[in-house]
Amino acid sequence: MRVDTIVAIATAMSNSGIGIIRISGEDAVKTADKVIKLKEKNKRLSDCETHTVHYGFVVDGNQKIDEVMVLIMRGPKSYTREDTIEIDCHGGILMMQRIFELVIKNGARPADPGEFTKRAFLNGRIDLAQAESVMDVISAKNDFALCSSVEQLSGRVSEKIRWIREKVLHEIAFIESALDDPEHYELDSYSEGLYEKVSEILQEVEKLLKNSENGTILKEGIKTVIVGKPNAGKSSLLNALVGRERAIVTDIAGTTRDVIEEQIHLGGFSLHLIDTAGIRDTKDLVEQIGVNLAKDYLEKADLVIYVADTSSPLNEDDYQIMDLLKGRKAIILLNKSDLNPVVFEEDIRKHLNQTILPVSAKNHMGIDLLEEEIKKLFFTGKISMNDEVFITNARHKTSLLEAKKSLEFVLQSIRDGMPEDFYSIDLMNVYEELGKIVGEAVEDDLVNEIFSKFCMGK
Amino acid sequence: MPCIEETYDICVVGAGHAGCEAALASARMGFETIIFTVSVDSIALMPCNPNVGGSSKGHLVREIDALGGEMGKNIDKTFIQSKMLNKSKGPAVHSLRAQADKASYSMEMRKTLQAEKNLTIKQAEVSEILTDEKKQRVTGLRTVSGGIYYAKAVILCTGTYLGARCLTGEMVVHTGPNGLSAANYLTDSLKDLGIEIFRFKTGTPARIDKKSIDFTKMTEQFGDERVVPFSFSTNPDDVQINQVSCWLTYTNEKTHEIIRENLDRSPIYAGIIEGTGPRYCPSIEDKVVKFSDKDRHQVFIEPEGINTNEMYVGGMSSSLPEDVQYQMYRTVPGLEHAKIVRNAYAIEYDCINPNQLYPSLEFKNVKGLFSGGQFNGSSGYEEAACQGLIAGINAVRSIQGKEPLILDRSQAYIGVLIDDLVTKENFEPYRMMTSRAEYRLILRQDNADLRLSKIGYEIGLLPKERYDWVLEKEKMIEEEMERISKVMLGANKEVQSFLEKCGSIPLNTGTSLVELIRRPELSYDLLAPLDKERRELPEEVREQVNINVKYDGYITRQMKQVDQFKKLEKKRIPADIDYRDVHSLRKEAVQKLNLVKPVSIGQASRISGVSPADISVLLVYLEQMYRKGK
Repeated sequence: MRVDTIVAIATAMSNSGIGIIRISGEDAVKTADKVIKLKEKNKRLSDCETHTVHYGFVVDGNQKIDEVMVLIMRGPKSYTREDTIEIDCHGGILMMQRIFELVIKNGARPADPGEFTKRAFLNGRIDLAQAESVMDVISAKNDFALCSSVEQLSGRVSEKIRWIREKVLHEIAFIESALDDPEHYELDSYSEGLYEKVSEILQEVEKLLKNSENGTILKEGIKTVIVGKPNAGKSSLLNALVGRERAIVTDIAGTTRDVIEEQIHLGGFSLHLIDTAGIRDTKDLVEQIGVNLAKDYLEKADLVIYVADTSSPLNEDDYQIMDLLKGRKAIILLNKSDLNPVVFEEDIRKHLNQTILPVSAKNHMGIDLLEEEIKKLFFTGKISMNDEVFITNARHKTSLLEAKKSLEFVLQSIRDGMPEDFYSIDLMNVYEELGKIVGEAVEDDLVNEIFSKFCMGK
Repeated sequence: MPCIEETYDICVVGAGHAGCEAALASARMGFETIIFTVSVDSIALMPCNPNVGGSSKGHLVREIDALGGEMGKNIDKTFIQSKMLNKSKGPAVHSLRAQADKASYSMEMRKTLQAEKNLTIKQAEVSEILTDEKKQRVTGLRTVSGGIYYAKAVILCTGTYLGARCLTGEMVVHTGPNGLSAANYLTDSLKDLGIEIFRFKTGTPARIDKKSIDFTKMTEQFGDERVVPFSFSTNPDDVQINQVSCWLTYTNEKTHEIIRENLDRSPIYAGIIEGTGPRYCPSIEDKVVKFSDKDRHQVFIEPEGINTNEMYVGGMSSSLPEDVQYQMYRTVPGLEHAKIVRNAYAIEYDCINPNQLYPSLEFKNVKGLFSGGQFNGSSGYEEAACQGLIAGINAVRSIQGKEPLILDRSQAYIGVLIDDLVTKENFEPYRMMTSRAEYRLILRQDNADLRLSKIGYEIGLLPKERYDWVLEKEKMIEEEMERISKVMLGANKEVQSFLEKCGSIPLNTGTSLVELIRRPELSYDLLAPLDKERRELPEEVREQVNINVKYDGYITRQMKQVDQFKKLEKKRIPADIDYRDVHSLRKEAVQKLNLVKPVSIGQASRISGVSPADISVLLVYLEQMYRKGK
C-alpha cells in the first residue's frame, strides 16, 4: 500500500541553534533529492547508504538557500519505520519556514498533529505498552491544533472564506438541481455566467494565497500578553506600541472587558499583542469572563508583559499576578514612572527575577527600551514562537493551492465545452478544501442547499 | 389452538418492489422462499408516480439488472413512454426514465413470481417475528391468523404499510396506500426486539379522469424517437413501440391563493401529521409556502396506463380536504372541469432507523433478520428494489455461511445508497441523487454491466451467457481502444474538408484520431469516415470507446481518488468492539461509533461527529488489538 510523504519541523521555532526538518514516507528520499544538492559531484541521496550523514545545500531550483547536513535513514530502521530524511539546517524561523515550504512544494504534505508518532506505532516501532499514550498524544495534539487553527485565523479571512464557500455551494446546488430535475431547471448559457463567477472566486483565492505567503492570514507572531491590575496602563501601553488609539483608554478601572489584539512588526519579527482585562476578583459577570480569558491567554503566551502601576501601592491583584508570572518569560514595566512613585524596583524584585524596566506608557517614554529587550530575548533564543501557527499556515496554504487547482480545472472545463456536470465535481473540491481551513466538514451541506434553495419534486 | 406450521429457508414480508426482488433473488439462488402480502392483487404495486427511473434512479435500475434483478426487464415489458434524461449533459448523468402501464407492470411481475419454482406466494398479514429465547436470532414469523412459518432468515419489506394512516384534510383512515389494509401488529413485535422505529410521511397527488381534461391548453411531451431499454438483456428492437404522451401545464396565483386560504385545513399545517416528509417531493402546499416567490409551479399530467382513464397530476401531491382539492386542481389550465377519480392524500407509516443495520442489510441485534425498501427509511420504487435485491442475496449468503455482498461507494449507486442509509443520520425518506455519488463519472448507467456483471454471475443470479457477453464486450472495447490510440491523421484535404463540414477547426498539422474524438463537437462515431481500418462494432461497444476517450482525463482523476478511498475501505473493523474501551476517543465519537458499528475505517470516517483525529486513535487501537491477539 502506498504511504504518502509527510514533513514537519522537529525543533522549536526559535531563532537560535540549529533546526531540524524531518521527512517521512515512501517518497521521502525522492522528495529530498529535489531540494538537496550534495557537495559531492553528481551524487544524489537516493544513491547513498542508509544511516549516513551528508553535507550539501538546500536548493530552490538553482538558488542555494542554506548549507545543511542531511541524514538518510531507510525504513524499517527509522523512527516511523519508513524512509526518513532529516535536514539539519541553520536555525532561524525564516530559514526553517522556507525549507519546510520548499519540501511541501516538492511533493510532501504537512504532517497531521501526532502523525509521526502514529506512524511509528502503526509500523510497530513503539511497543504495545505505550499504545494508550500514543492515542493521548494524537488526540491532545489534534484538539490543540483544531482550536488554534480556528483561533489563529483572522476574522476577516474566515469571513472571506465562508463567503467564497457559500457562493461555490450555491452554484453546485444549482447545477445539481438542474441535473436532478432537468425538466424544471435549465442550464442553457449558464456556463458563461459561471465562468465569470469562477474567475472572480479564483482571484479571491489567489489573494488569500498571497496573504498566506507573507503570513498575514494568521495572527502570527510572538504571542505577547499584557497583564496588570485595572488602571495600570495596559491599554496605554498597547497604544504606545501600536502607535494609534485602538483600545479605549480611560481612568475608570475595568473598561477593557474584551481582549484586544494587535499585530506589530519589530525589525525582523512580529509581535501578536493581546491586552487583557485586569486580573482581579470581580462580581461583574461580563468582566469575570474577560478575567478568565486573561488567565487563559497567559497560559498560552510566548511572552508576558506585566504592567505595574507605580503610582499606587502593590495590592492583592499585583501579588496574584506575580504569582502567575513565576518561571515565565516575562518583562515587568514600572509604569507611570513620570508620576510620584510609591512602588520601586526592589518591591518587585523580592518576588520576580525577570527584567524590570521603567516606562511611561502614556508619554511613550521607555517604549524603545522595551522593544530592544524583546528583540534581545528573541534573537538569543530565550523566547520562541509557537510553531503551531506556522504549521497551520502551511496546511492552509496546501488547501488554498488545491482549491486554486480545482477552480482552474473548472475554467478549463468550461473553455473545453465540457458538460455542466463536470464543473460541479471540481467545485465540490473547492468547497471541501476551503472547509478545511475554517474547520468545517462537508456533511449534507449540498443536499440541504439544494432542498432549501430550489423547489424540486414530482 | 391448532394452527398451520410450515418451514421455508427464507420468508419475505411484503411484495412491493423490494419484496419482489428479495424473493426472486433468494428463490433463484435455490432457496425455498415464501413471500407474504396483504393483498395478492397488489404485487409490485405502484401506488404513487407512474414511472420507473429518472435522474440517478435510472442508474439503480441498470445496476439491479446487471446483478440479475428483475426491475429493468419488467419495465421493458410494460412501459408506454421512455426518455433518456440529460442527454445534452455528460454521460455520467444520462438517466433513463420510462412511464409504466401500472396494471401491466404489476401483472407481469406477478407472473414472474408465479413462474419461479422455489417461490410460494401467500396472502396474509404478518404479526410477529419469531426468535430464539435471547431474541438474538430469527427463527420465523407468525401471521395474524396464527400460522407459523419457520425460516432461517426473514426479510422485512413492509413499505408504507406498517401502522399506516392516510390523510385527506380532516379525514383520516387507517389504511395503507390505495385503501389496502395496513399492517397493524408487526411494529410492536419489532419494538419488543429492541428495534428503534421512526415515523415517516409521504404523499401522492390526485388521479383525474382523462375525459375531463382539456389537453389543448397543455404542452405535449413526447417520448424519445429511439427508445433505449433498461435491461442489458432486452433487445433494443423489441422496445420500439408506439408511445403515449405526457402533458405539461402550470399552477398560477389563483391556485396558490386557494391553497393559502385553506392551509389551516391541511393536516400538516394543522399539526395532525407526526411523520417527517421528504424535502425533495414536497406537497403543493409546501411549495407554495416555502417558495412563495414563485408565481407558478410545473404540473405534469401522466397516464397511469393504457387501460385506465386515470391521469396522474405530477407536481401537485397534497393532503388538503377533498373540496379544496377540487377548487385547487380546477384553477390549472386544462383542468377547469377536472373530475377526480382518486383523491390526493398523505400517508404516514412506521419505518426503522437504518443505522441499526449492517451494510449487508442484516439487523445488528437480530441475526438472520434483514430488511429493505421504504421500511429502511428510503423512498422510491428503485431505491426499494435495489435494497430488496441486496437483502435477498445476503439472506441467502448468511445461510450459506458466506461473506455478505457489500458494494462500496466506488462500485455502484446501490453502494452509495446503502452506505448512506446505514452510516449517516437520516431524518427524512432518503432518495437517490447523482450528487450523492462522489465517483459518479465512473458509476454511469451505460457501464453498469461492465461494473457489476461479474458479481451478478458469481453470486448465481446472472446467467452465464449474459456474463460471457460482457466479457466479450470488454475485450472488444479494450482492443478498439488499443487500435485507435495508434491512428494518426494528416492535415490533408479529405480531413480538412471533413472537419469543416462538422463545424470543427481545421488542423495545423497531423494529429491523432484520439485528439479529434476529444473535441466537443466530434465523436468516435462521427469520425468513422476518416478511420479507414475501423471494423463493425456493436453500438454499446462504440459508446464505451467514445466515453473512455472523451473523458479520459476526468475519469483518470476519479480513479485516483477511488484508490485512496479503497485503502480505507479495506481496513476492516471487528464487529464486537465496544468503543467505550477505546482510550482517548471523544464522547460524541464513542456514541456514534457504538450506534453505527462501522465495518471499515472508511465507513467510520463518514459518520458525522467522528473526526480525523478519532480515526487516527481508532487505527492505533486496532493495531493494539491486533498485536495483543498475536
